[in-house]
Amino acid sequence: MESISKDNVKHIAELAELEFSEKDIEKITSQIERILDHVANVSSVNTEGILPTSHVLNIKNVFREDMAEESVTQESALKNAPDEANDGFKVPKID
Amino acid sequence: MEIHYLTAHQLKDMLEKRQISCTEIVKSVYLRIEEVGDRLNSYVRLEKESALSRAGEVDKLISAGSDIEDFMGIPIAVKDNICTKNITTTCASRILENYIPIYNATVIDRLESRNYILTGKANMDEFAMGSSNENSYFGAVKNPWDTDRVPGGSSGGPAACVAAGEAVCSLGSDTGGSIRQPASLCGVVGFKPTYGMVSRYGLVAFASSLDQIGPLTRDVEDCAAMLNIICGYDRKDSTSINVEVPDYKSFLKADIKGMKIGVPKELMVEGIDREVKEAVYRTIKLAEDMGCIVEEISLPSLEYALSVYYIIASSEASSNLSRFDGVRYGYRNMEARTLREMYRRSRAEGFGDEVKRRIMIGTYCLSAGYYDAYYEKAQRVRTLIMGDFKKAFEKFDILISPTSPTTAFKIGEKMKDPLTMYLSDICTIPVNLAGLPAISIPAGLSGSKLPIGLQIIGNVLREDNVLKAAYSLEKAIGFTGKPGL
Amino acid sequence: MKNQYEQVIGLETHVELYTNTKMFCGCRLSFGEEKNIYTCPVCLGHPGSLPVINKKAIEYAAKIALALNCKIKKYTIFHRKNYFYPDMPKNYQISQYDLPLGVGGWLDVDMGSYIRRVRITRVHMEEDTGKLLHKGTTGRISESEASIVDFNRAGTPLIEVVTEPDIRSPEEAKEYMIVLRNLILFLDVSNCSMEEGSLRCDANVSVRKAGEDKIGTKTEIKNLNSFKFLQKGLGYEAKRQIEVLEAGGKVIQQTRHYDSKTGTTKTLRSKEEAHDYRYFPEPDLVPIYIEDKMIEDIRKTIPELPYVKAKRFEKQYGLPKYDSNFLANNKDLADYFEQCCRRYNNAKNIANWIMGDFSALINKEKMTIKDSRITPENLCKMLEIIDKGKINSKIAKAVFEEMFNTGGDPQKIIEDGGLEQISDEGLLEAVIEEVIKENPGVVEQFKEGKNKAVGFLIGRVMAKTKGKANPRIVNNIITKKLS
Repeated sequence: MESISKDNVKHIAELAELEFSEKDIEKITSQIERILDHVANVSSVNTEGILPTSHVLNIKNVFREDMAEESVTQESALKNAPDEANDGFKVPKID
Repeated sequence: MEIHYLTAHQLKDMLEKRQISCTEIVKSVYLRIEEVGDRLNSYVRLEKESALSRAGEVDKLISAGSDIEDFMGIPIAVKDNICTKNITTTCASRILENYIPIYNATVIDRLESRNYILTGKANMDEFAMGSSNENSYFGAVKNPWDTDRVPGGSSGGPAACVAAGEAVCSLGSDTGGSIRQPASLCGVVGFKPTYGMVSRYGLVAFASSLDQIGPLTRDVEDCAAMLNIICGYDRKDSTSINVEVPDYKSFLKADIKGMKIGVPKELMVEGIDREVKEAVYRTIKLAEDMGCIVEEISLPSLEYALSVYYIIASSEASSNLSRFDGVRYGYRNMEARTLREMYRRSRAEGFGDEVKRRIMIGTYCLSAGYYDAYYEKAQRVRTLIMGDFKKAFEKFDILISPTSPTTAFKIGEKMKDPLTMYLSDICTIPVNLAGLPAISIPAGLSGSKLPIGLQIIGNVLREDNVLKAAYSLEKAIGFTGKPGL
Repeated sequence: MKNQYEQVIGLETHVELYTNTKMFCGCRLSFGEEKNIYTCPVCLGHPGSLPVINKKAIEYAAKIALALNCKIKKYTIFHRKNYFYPDMPKNYQISQYDLPLGVGGWLDVDMGSYIRRVRITRVHMEEDTGKLLHKGTTGRISESEASIVDFNRAGTPLIEVVTEPDIRSPEEAKEYMIVLRNLILFLDVSNCSMEEGSLRCDANVSVRKAGEDKIGTKTEIKNLNSFKFLQKGLGYEAKRQIEVLEAGGKVIQQTRHYDSKTGTTKTLRSKEEAHDYRYFPEPDLVPIYIEDKMIEDIRKTIPELPYVKAKRFEKQYGLPKYDSNFLANNKDLADYFEQCCRRYNNAKNIANWIMGDFSALINKEKMTIKDSRITPENLCKMLEIIDKGKINSKIAKAVFEEMFNTGGDPQKIIEDGGLEQISDEGLLEAVIEEVIKENPGVVEQFKEGKNKAVGFLIGRVMAKTKGKANPRIVNNIITKKLS
């Protein structure tokens, strides 16, 4: 059984910028454990000499020319901003 | 014949013969929406005013002598994870509840150039994560065949709309079966094109290497017509295939004599409902009667497809959803005093449980020390799965299987254990891992009058085989059921 | 104490390319105007947006990698580097991880008495972040209550050049940066300005006892945003680390910021977390296969590099090292010099004029040699005139300035001004006789053995001839007459 400590889960939550209450940490830890336990069955597959697939397509070298295209207006850019000031996106104190 | 249950090609015919106006079509659909909307909850947002206004414009064009092309003036529902400029696009999440896109998805631009009518944004599982449409911030969608049951997911809204007559057809998205499985549970047609055939520009990303947009329709003919419009190279999407788009309608032939059909053993396992299996066997018999050669085949790596999918999809999703942080758009917890507080609270409050679960799993699978054993390992097994399919298609033209192991299950039935829910997708998931085209067509009704879906899978870029087989079998099966709603 | 230790430095340099558009979208690059006017759904990280690679950025990156003697990887891909920060539109940066564009290169840094070969570990491509402005009285993060984000810069193409820890002193580090900067300017792919932020440098620093092989614990130093600060910051950090070790402590692996006000490095955070960037291949982009032809085509666009040119100047024109380096490191000067050499064969002469009077004038006017009015032809003509003895060096300076101001032909300037050197002995004798008559006292001085008197007399002759007398002949005649 893939076992994950609560501390490990807290660390993962930090990496993902999520937070859970103490009560929920227990619940999600056991749910994650169960799921990871199941998906860990991939470890039993023999993949010697098999390369990982990052792209199902056989496409390569997709580029665009270095030609300018219209940007959106400042108004559009800020349209959905939860908080703005001085034509920019405002965020609280960076810690 | 109720107007709201006609197909797009039937309506086009009537428009051409001036037997109906676009405004009448749209009004009829909205009447139906008003009639059943509360019971189904298939829409997050309706666009009645603009729809009627567009309908008026289309009618003017038609009376001015304009040619009537496919889907001109046809009411279509769009899954709410496809960006529609200036119209709220929520992905059924609190975190995007008020997000107004500043651009159109490429598929929307294409539909607009055909003068389609947007009925509204269809409900879905939050961020396309789910198989029952119970994970929506705006409440669950109900199955029109039995409102105590789920419509499937994540395109539950689009499927329910088409099944209930709340739209003539709809656009959904499919990452692990999200078009096909709800199509199966709702008794409609759902198609996932070859990965790369439809632009993902404007589709809010769930798992980038698996997502595709596709149509949900009443019949295979409408499906082919829709593919003609939405498929094709888009330079804004680097994963878009640059090939000539065939006329998919040219594959609508009822003759599939000699077609070699494979039935993957691993997709007919014990977990599949007896009635579902029987429907598949009945269809096999029909195919054989039509001159097809049907054989069982084993794709051994399919046993691991579910795991491979959940590792890869969750990993990609965990990264794709990082952008939802309350900085540039979306929900922000305004009481937070520091940046980290703002990130964490906004995301904890903005995302539903299933989304958070998958972000956690994905972050874990990519994290230092686990990447090799999980993400990279899954990528290798994915190569094996693609290899198994490649071998199968050397022998067969198409593969068939059930779309879903069961018919529509009851609301709440699988919510206790996420893993149980994930198993709903075992038949559809392998297809996305290999990037193959696949369709679900109604294959009959169960004893309790619930739709059963049949899945037809083709090789890469072989939509022709899939459509040929689907069209022929659809005719042979002769499914005409409608929900009693 | 310090002499027992040596400093081990590796540098990570970021270079902003000046392509027309951003790395993954068609927005223009901005130059410090209004905020958030060069953005689009892609560089704002809107849901559903997708990146598309800028071809020119790849070419420029390959150019830099080739100029640094790197091997270009035939197969290269982008990875996602995942971390959250407000200047990140997607909270992941599209960058490169284990399959970067270029690897295994080097840059030779001439330190005068020795050459330091700095090995280049890798050259890779990535996208820049937006800009943060911190509200508060001091503009520093730690003292702000809020910050404002501008995404104009987000998505600008960046090249990262990473060295092996081959650098051994702050002076070497500064020289490396200067040489690297000149090289990239030569390639014409970036403004390369530390003030503007198109050239940025972080350092990894450790110390060890001289002679040891093992590398000590390193710290990362950020905020070294000028060559001066780079040198000072590295110097301070070495001292600091040595003090820690001498006191019996251990150097803690951490990120430190250079504080220009105090000339010291400081940690910003109390707890240092190692970043887990969870790199994985970017699924929204497909791989890049670089063909040999493409590499050759790019190689052809690389002009002769400064250090190669300098060596060639030494050999081909017999110039001393100083002159060669001076000229070779400025493409315009080098080109002008070589144009002159085609018409006139005393290369040293040309070099002297370019490095001396010419440079003084163009620097004063803040122009480039290309913009000046003196054509290579005219400079050469002037030098020939001087060689023939038609004007002396003092007059030459005046003629040169006139050419600079008016772009005129030197022969014409000399004729119009009547500036030809007077070498007619008869004429000069007459003037000299006059001067001797007028300055009996000075003549007496010379007779008493004060040789400086000659200089004075020559000066008087020059004055009378308006500087045109041939000084050599005057000197000879005076000396003969007085002895």
